[in-house]
Amino acid sequence: MKRLLFLAPVLLCVAVLVGFFLGLGRDPTRLPSMMIGKAVPAFSLPPVRPGDQGFTHQDLGDEPMLVNFYASWCAACRIEHPMLMKLRREGVVIHGVDWKDTPELGFKWLTDWGDPYVRTGNDQSGRTGIDMGVSAVPETFVIDKSGKVRYRHVGAITPEDWDTRIKPLMDRLRAES
Amino acid sequence: MAAEVGQFALILALLLALVQSVAPLWGAHRGDSLLMALGRQASMLQAGFVVLAFGCLAYAFVTCDFSVALVAQHANTAQPTPYRFAATWGSHEGSMLLWVLILALYGAGVAVFGGTLRETLQARVLGVQGLIAASFHGFLIFTSNPFLRLDPAPFEGAELNPLLQDPGLVLHPPVLYAGYVGFSVAFSFAVAALIEGRVDAAWARWVRPWVLGAWVPLTVGITLGSAWAYYELGWGGWWFWDPVENASLMPWLLGTALLHSALVLERRGALVSWTILLAILTFSLSLVGTFLVRSGILTSVHAFAVDPKRGVYVLGIIALTTGLSLALYAWRAPAIRSGALFQPVSREGGITLNNLFLAVLCATVFVGTFSPVFIEMLNGDKISVGPPYYALVFAPLAIPLLLLVVIGPGLNWKRDDLRAVALRVRVPAMVALAALVLGLLFGGWKGVVTAGGLGLSAWLLAGALAILGRRWWAGRAYLGRSIRTTPRSLIGLTLAHAGLGLLTLGITGVTAWESDKVISMRVGDSTTFAGRTVTLTALETVQGPNYEARQARLLIKRGSGSFTLKSERRFYPSAQSQTTEAGIRVTPLGNFYISAGEESATGLVVRMWKHPLIVWIWIGGLTMGLGGAVSLSDRRLRLGALVKTPAAGPQPVAAE
Repeated sequence: MKRLLFLAPVLLCVAVLVGFFLGLGRDPTRLPSMMIGKAVPAFSLPPVRPGDQGFTHQDLGDEPMLVNFYASWCAACRIEHPMLMKLRREGVVIHGVDWKDTPELGFKWLTDWGDPYVRTGNDQSGRTGIDMGVSAVPETFVIDKSGKVRYRHVGAITPEDWDTRIKPLMDRLRAES
Repeated sequence: MAAEVGQFALILALLLALVQSVAPLWGAHRGDSLLMALGRQASMLQAGFVVLAFGCLAYAFVTCDFSVALVAQHANTAQPTPYRFAATWGSHEGSMLLWVLILALYGAGVAVFGGTLRETLQARVLGVQGLIAASFHGFLIFTSNPFLRLDPAPFEGAELNPLLQDPGLVLHPPVLYAGYVGFSVAFSFAVAALIEGRVDAAWARWVRPWVLGAWVPLTVGITLGSAWAYYELGWGGWWFWDPVENASLMPWLLGTALLHSALVLERRGALVSWTILLAILTFSLSLVGTFLVRSGILTSVHAFAVDPKRGVYVLGIIALTTGLSLALYAWRAPAIRSGALFQPVSREGGITLNNLFLAVLCATVFVGTFSPVFIEMLNGDKISVGPPYYALVFAPLAIPLLLLVVIGPGLNWKRDDLRAVALRVRVPAMVALAALVLGLLFGGWKGVVTAGGLGLSAWLLAGALAILGRRWWAGRAYLGRSIRTTPRSLIGLTLAHAGLGLLTLGITGVTAWESDKVISMRVGDSTTFAGRTVTLTALETVQGPNYEARQARLLIKRGSGSFTLKSERRFYPSAQSQTTEAGIRVTPLGNFYISAGEESATGLVVRMWKHPLIVWIWIGGLTMGLGGAVSLSDRRLRLGALVKTPAAGPQPVAAE
């Protein structure tokens, strides 16, 4: 019995290491979403901006766009924010989901740092995020003209991500009939 | 030229580390003094070559040698020299070199200062250190060579991440690493003890200063990191539960537990195998932190450029060091003679409880940090763990531990009586109660959490002072002499526990009374905030060495006093990125924090915060570190195993 107790740490350690090893293949920033190629699940989110119309799945489509999940408590979102503002100025359509956050804090976030979103809704329970397979914020989905998910980006969008991956994809989607 | 010298030095260091791992272990096994002496020489030489390699890289950075790929990626001529120097450890490769540098210096430290150790024990400690060093030199040379050349060399280098161009970068990583890596010595001592199958008080007396020597920089490093995030990120928070922050908190929690359990082992010879386990796990968590930052297994603001190959290598090192040492533990630890028995109500009992809480706290942080990885693997669900989890789990566990902090030092070794203990802490208890009642009087029932926080900090502060008070009161007939002869370890204990009180005070203050305001302002506009009039007096473009900034100047007036704060939004053209420099007025009662945001047609977005008492968070952290340092300077620790001082230690004298 006593021996077993002393054996516990090494067994636990092996389990954790195996977990880490398998987790390595997981690479959170590259993981493709199971949503890819599928239509966005239906949702209807209350507004973040007081008096605004909120954000529903019917707002998607017609042209390629980004859906960005953010939260006022998220450190990396703060890093990403200037990039979103820049894209907004360049005319990219970005919708936002304020994830696991209160609308008040979300609104404060937008007034403080600028509002890059065309439509934005509050997902306080996190349900919409879970339906979309969001693992952590910030996370951004590229939606095509027919409202289907075409790409999932995990983590803050850097200028490099935009230039090498997301922008070429959006250009291609725009050319699609 | 420098790069080649550095490269050779690094390769020689790897070879010497191999000698250092094999020779003393074999020598200790055979009882061969010559081989053991070879181990000592190898460890000192190895340190010398790593210092040389590090110096070469730093030289390449300072002189802007862009033919070295790493320099070209992280430095340019417009950068101020101190930041170019600090950029040496601003990248994955450079920071790894700093890592092995500190490891090698600690190893050489054991060789130089370990002269009074039992020879075989020292040799085995050095051997284990050599093994760790060799694996990390290999990691550096084979996967992350900092000295790769670039041909043709560019005329100008790229830019270091602008967030890192700050005095914080110069200080924070070296201090933090000194803590992280410092626990390798405790780890080596633990493994050496397992090999020898023998743990005694001399062993504990030797380990404790090394544990303290790592704990102090780790404490200071975490504090510096928190302060850095506060002023550099420009959004006024001091702890974000980011995976990498957690990675530094976990070894701190276990290291703190180790610090206390080693005390029991030294004084009473109890908690033997538990202390060994803690020593192994603390360093393992430092390694896990290294893995976390460099493997990309979790997303974090701190993460370096990610390369799964490196992740596999570091994982291999963890499997080897932690896995093998824990296997050794399972094999040998049951045979190690467990020490003296003690009653549940005793100093030993108190420290055991403290260890239990710290270990569980560490486990909650571990679960919070890594559960996204494991849960996804188990059922494919993706979850995220944010601050709400920690508020729910960490705080309720931390509060009883903080209550215990005052009671612990009031307990007698071996056995004690609960009523006598209660009597001994009656003064802190009364002070805490008074603070609690005062808090309730002013805050009402709505402020009950705040009042609780105030009571807790009063309890900790008064409790810390009571440690000295009890001793001096008992010796009041010869007060001058009794103050003069107070052992430094006791003063250190008081400082460290008082630091915890200040930390609690700061957290309570900023959590309860923080206020903020966001407003769009044009030059000349005024607004009132926190009882002050804030006027935007100027908004202009200024040119920095390697950035351009929009600088806002604000005049803050209250009554007749006034001061000016500057906040900047900096744009770094070569990195194409933006940072915010907040304007902060620091006072003991609270900080006034201003950060300039986007400019639009309606003016400049200005965000202001009032952070009451926040500065005490960092003063508290530094006080804890100071306490550790004072304790480290205690004569008994410096002389190590040579002297056995009788009863003059931190044994509290009964108050009656």
